[in-house]
Amino acid sequence: MARVLLIEDDLAVGEGLQIGLRRQDHTVSVAISGERGLDQFRAEPPDIVVLDLMLPGIDGFAVCRQIRAGGDTPIIMLTARGEDIDVVAGLEAGADDYVVKPVGARVLDARIRAVLRRTSAERGEREQHGALSIDRAALVVAKHGAQVPLAPTELRLLLELTRSPGRVLNRQQLLESVWEHNYLGDSRLVDACVQRLRVKIEDDPANPVYVQTMRGFGYRFGPLPAG
Amino acid sequence: MGFLRTGLRTRMVITYILISILSAGATAVASYVEARTTILRDSQDPAVDGLKNAVNKLAGAIQMPPSQEALDQLANLLEEDAGGNVVTVFGGRRSLAGPELGEFTTELRREVQVGTSVVWQRVMIDGSPVLTIGMPFLIVTDEDLTPSGLEIYSSRPMVAEQESVDRMATAQWTAIIAVVIAIVFALLAAHSVLRPVRELAAAAKRWGRGELDTRLEVRGSDELAELGRTFNQSADAVAHHVAELERVEADARRFVADVSHELRTPLAAMTAVTDVLDEEAEHLTGDAAAAARLVSQETRNLNRLVDDLIEVSRFDSRTAALILDDVDMGEAVASSLRARGWSDRVSVELPVGLTARLDPRRLDVIMANLVGNALKHGGESVEVRLSAGADEIVIEVADRGPGLAPNVIGHVFDRFYKADSARGRSAGSGLGLAIARENARLHGGELSAANRAGGGAVFTLRLPRRRA
Repeated sequence: MARVLLIEDDLAVGEGLQIGLRRQDHTVSVAISGERGLDQFRAEPPDIVVLDLMLPGIDGFAVCRQIRAGGDTPIIMLTARGEDIDVVAGLEAGADDYVVKPVGARVLDARIRAVLRRTSAERGEREQHGALSIDRAALVVAKHGAQVPLAPTELRLLLELTRSPGRVLNRQQLLESVWEHNYLGDSRLVDACVQRLRVKIEDDPANPVYVQTMRGFGYRFGPLPAG
Repeated sequence: MGFLRTGLRTRMVITYILISILSAGATAVASYVEARTTILRDSQDPAVDGLKNAVNKLAGAIQMPPSQEALDQLANLLEEDAGGNVVTVFGGRRSLAGPELGEFTTELRREVQVGTSVVWQRVMIDGSPVLTIGMPFLIVTDEDLTPSGLEIYSSRPMVAEQESVDRMATAQWTAIIAVVIAIVFALLAAHSVLRPVRELAAAAKRWGRGELDTRLEVRGSDELAELGRTFNQSADAVAHHVAELERVEADARRFVADVSHELRTPLAAMTAVTDVLDEEAEHLTGDAAAAARLVSQETRNLNRLVDDLIEVSRFDSRTAALILDDVDMGEAVASSLRARGWSDRVSVELPVGLTARLDPRRLDVIMANLVGNALKHGGESVEVRLSAGADEIVIEVADRGPGLAPNVIGHVFDRFYKADSARGRSAGSGLGLAIARENARLHGGELSAANRAGGGAVFTLRLPRRRA
């Protein structure tokens, strides 16, 4: 179904996930180091990258940043349980979602499909919000007429928030609608993604006007200041 | 012995005062006696000698037996020569002038009548001291001295001497200064003795509070300094042992953590393919299918055990961190139940709009363990009740199962404690409730277990309420 690049240094884990994902109809190629992963990524761009953070040589964070610098390919990172620093650093480096190891192939498959769904088009009109124009059908966001490159999760988050401007959505609602986490998810996914989105669309990310924080509740889009 | 129960300082001061009073008093008495003796002797010796000399001078002129005139004349002459008031007595007669014979005691008179030497005695007459002297007039023969029957008595007031003795006695009260000085010294001594004692007490108290690096600053080489040095040596020894124990314990914990982490990688590979085994098992028959399902199931159990071990070792090494968020409590509890498909099996009482600031992941872990445990042992009638006081959030998870046996109730939060040894290992990692309690405590809260009235167990989670 999807072309998956799995960057995982442990051969057994790599092989296990490869077997499992292949049975879920994905095409899987495995790279056992960050360097090889980047080489394979350039030689044969995948639909999605599944990236172990703890890698010898170039670590997962650096790989994540390099992939992000060159494009919007979705990235799911694999982390060890409870290593909170990993999660935060990985999200800051631009990962779309994370999965805690050990993970069964079916769970990983569900996450992969959820991330990939974010890049599917919706029906809708072109909308204008201040300087931002959003084309839901073409999945294009522009600011002052210039296209803003957004990663799939950032785009999906913006689409979700602009669906009902001015309405506050709490983190759990966003986790369910954007990340398809139908369990108690990690709200840091939302916070990290909001930060990245603000850097791209706000004039001043420290004083956002488009994506506003409602402390203790969640986030809302607008309302935009008059003029 | 109330005295012994008073403070050391009081006892020392009292002791100093007693010693100084005793020594000052003894000195005063001794010097008073000595001075008095000296003063009195200095006045009475000349009087006695004077009388003796005067008698010797007149001895040749005395005719025996003396006439009345001779007695009078002799008394007069002696008064003129030696001073004092003189009376002379012979037979039943006495000189007309001179003091009453009653001034002279019977013992003195007898000494004079039978003896051959001068005797004297101090007596009080009308409250004034008087020196009384008596001597027999002796007739000198070739071999012997023979009493002649003539007695000579003299009395002289000693008022002046007594006054100087009295003045001296009064002056002894200056010893009170010595007592005052003694008190000052006593306080100083008490202070210098008690300071190290106080320091030792304070150090011992700090030490008891767990400040094992507490040491005394030792000065000097007296017994108290020696005590301080002993304290320091003991403290060093204990600190060394404690450090050693802590090191061993830390090693053991690190080993558990390391082992758990090492188990993780092969488990991750196995877990990745458990889904494959499960799917294939459907197409297999007999033992192969059972074996595939067993491996798959036990891989999941092993995963949970390793996860729990890593979580526990994180609490032990105090590296477990709270990631606080503003949480709608009712929503969070409902999510925990919903995520595990328990919503229909548990009756809930969840007030709306109750918020708190806590770590949602850890709350989820606690709820999963408590409700999972209740469902396992308490059948289907599990109740979850959320309530809030001013300062705390309370969540009760109650069941209608058999409850907790009295010998079990104190151990339900122990690691790997299994109330029923017959219960299968697959019931859980054996760490779930221990982890739940650690999570509660990490929030500054508490988790406790009890039996309900009417049967069943109730676990009560109390978390401090940090308002959202």
